[in-house]
Amino acid sequence: MSQYLILIFEDDNMVQYAGTDGVSAGYQEFMQRHQAALRGGIALEPASMATSIRPDGSGGFSVTDGPFGESKEAVGGYFVVEAADLDEALQIAKEIPGTTGVEVRPVRIAG
Amino acid sequence: MSDVGRTRAGPRAGPRAATSAATSAVASVAASAVTSAVASVAASAVAAAVAEAHRNEWAFVLAATVHVAGDVDTAEEAVQDAYASALATWGARGIPDRPGAWLTVAARRRALDIRRRAATAARALPKLVEPDDAALGMPGLEDDAIDGIRDDRLRLIFTCCHPALALDAQVALTLRLLCGLSTAEVARAFLVPEPTMAARITRAKKKIQGAHIPYREPPVSELPERIDGVLSVVYLIYTTGHTAPSGANLMRRDLAERGHELARMLRTLLPENRDVAGLLALVLLTDARRNARLDGERELVLLADQDRSVWDRAAIDEGIALVRESLRVRRPGGGQSRFALMAAIAAVHDEAASWNETDWGEILGLYDMLIDIWTSPVVRLNRAIALGFARGFAVGLAELDELGADPQLARYPYLAAARADFLVRLGRRADARIAYEEALVLTDNETERAFLQARLDASSIEPR
Repeated sequence: MSQYLILIFEDDNMVQYAGTDGVSAGYQEFMQRHQAALRGGIALEPASMATSIRPDGSGGFSVTDGPFGESKEAVGGYFVVEAADLDEALQIAKEIPGTTGVEVRPVRIAG
Repeated sequence: MSDVGRTRAGPRAGPRAATSAATSAVASVAASAVTSAVASVAASAVAAAVAEAHRNEWAFVLAATVHVAGDVDTAEEAVQDAYASALATWGARGIPDRPGAWLTVAARRRALDIRRRAATAARALPKLVEPDDAALGMPGLEDDAIDGIRDDRLRLIFTCCHPALALDAQVALTLRLLCGLSTAEVARAFLVPEPTMAARITRAKKKIQGAHIPYREPPVSELPERIDGVLSVVYLIYTTGHTAPSGANLMRRDLAERGHELARMLRTLLPENRDVAGLLALVLLTDARRNARLDGERELVLLADQDRSVWDRAAIDEGIALVRESLRVRRPGGGQSRFALMAAIAAVHDEAASWNETDWGEILGLYDMLIDIWTSPVVRLNRAIALGFARGFAVGLAELDELGADPQLARYPYLAAARADFLVRLGRRADARIAYEEALVLTDNETERAFLQARLDASSIEPR
């Protein structure tokens, strides 16, 4: 068995500040269905609330407003799943509701 | 020791093996073995047998060795060693009745040796993949041993053509692992520097291992999609060989032959699959015209002008039977196989006694069906050409002009060439010349350029 990170991308213009709203019914249903494989996951506030930090090359840091990479799609959350192989992880990832797309990456070292 | 002592009388399949393009390291070693005179079997016969086994058995031997080796790299090393040892052993003890079986058993033994050696060298390191010793069985070198060895070629090709790999990597891995081409040969086939191709193959193998791309046949629910991916890779290999995208030769025959062989291998492994039947039909019906595509001066000959008497009738007959089979039953997902529809179009051309007797209405109908399931710009271009021949060149030209607005087709040389041809047929020579010049700017294949230049020159001569 291997662990995979599923990064969930969303169209950032469509994501509203969700406040303390709970998990949507679609996600509840998904998490129920894949309870056995899920090892963790979170949902993020919109990328407009992100702050990025880069080393400035002279020992300090440059701190900027916004996500690390500028693009229409932003990371909206992630799941960590345990799967027998990539095909199994891809199958689970395809069932995540309401995404612009996802990226599946093998986990090298899990904390 | 039941089979290795038996020898065959005389050289086997010499000419076919000798003309094969198996130019790998193994084949070159085979060639050098011809000069060694002390073998009990004629060295030339051994070299030919090894070259033929390289061509025909590589995929089976490698696929059957992966489970024992635990990873693709070790399996490749073991299989290469097995072919090298075949040269010495077959010379001394005779060519086995079933070279594939002999090579598989030898490669699996070698894989086990390599693993043990690695385990001794790096005892402290954890194993990345647990090799399957149960699959090994370690039989002797008897002919019967092969009967217990599962044919793993489908697993191997589904792994090479996994959608998580880039398409160019899928193609490279398929040629390397299924066809046994060396990295240098794959690089030459796709006109990229060898280090670039080596990096591409290494990266793909690392992803197979690091992301745990499974070595297995996909579940039934994913099968149609995954088979389509495999067929696309095989068709790309065939068409790259059939019409090289650039360079001096119109065709790279060896690559087209590899594509043809892969299509036939899939047909053997998946005899019930309609899409596979469609692909093999398409390859056969296209390839049947290969001897008519170039004239004595190696100039491109259009379908309209080809000498149809040199078309391969046996290939056409086999292709047509496969098209019928493929179109007879609809696929589980509904709809026809796009490969079968393309093959059916090729079949209409192949069945016409002359260009003027081509049934363009039938071809247009088939393109209409094809466009329903596959709206590729190239299919739309070909449909517009069929429309011109079926309903009049003005109608076809209007459709071609509309397609020119599609950014995917705007720089496609065949669109400009098709427009030029229709313009000539409509007597608009000045416009035709501009279109031929545009096509020339966009074309890199030198044979095709010579053809377009000749057309341009001809259209500059005023009609009498």
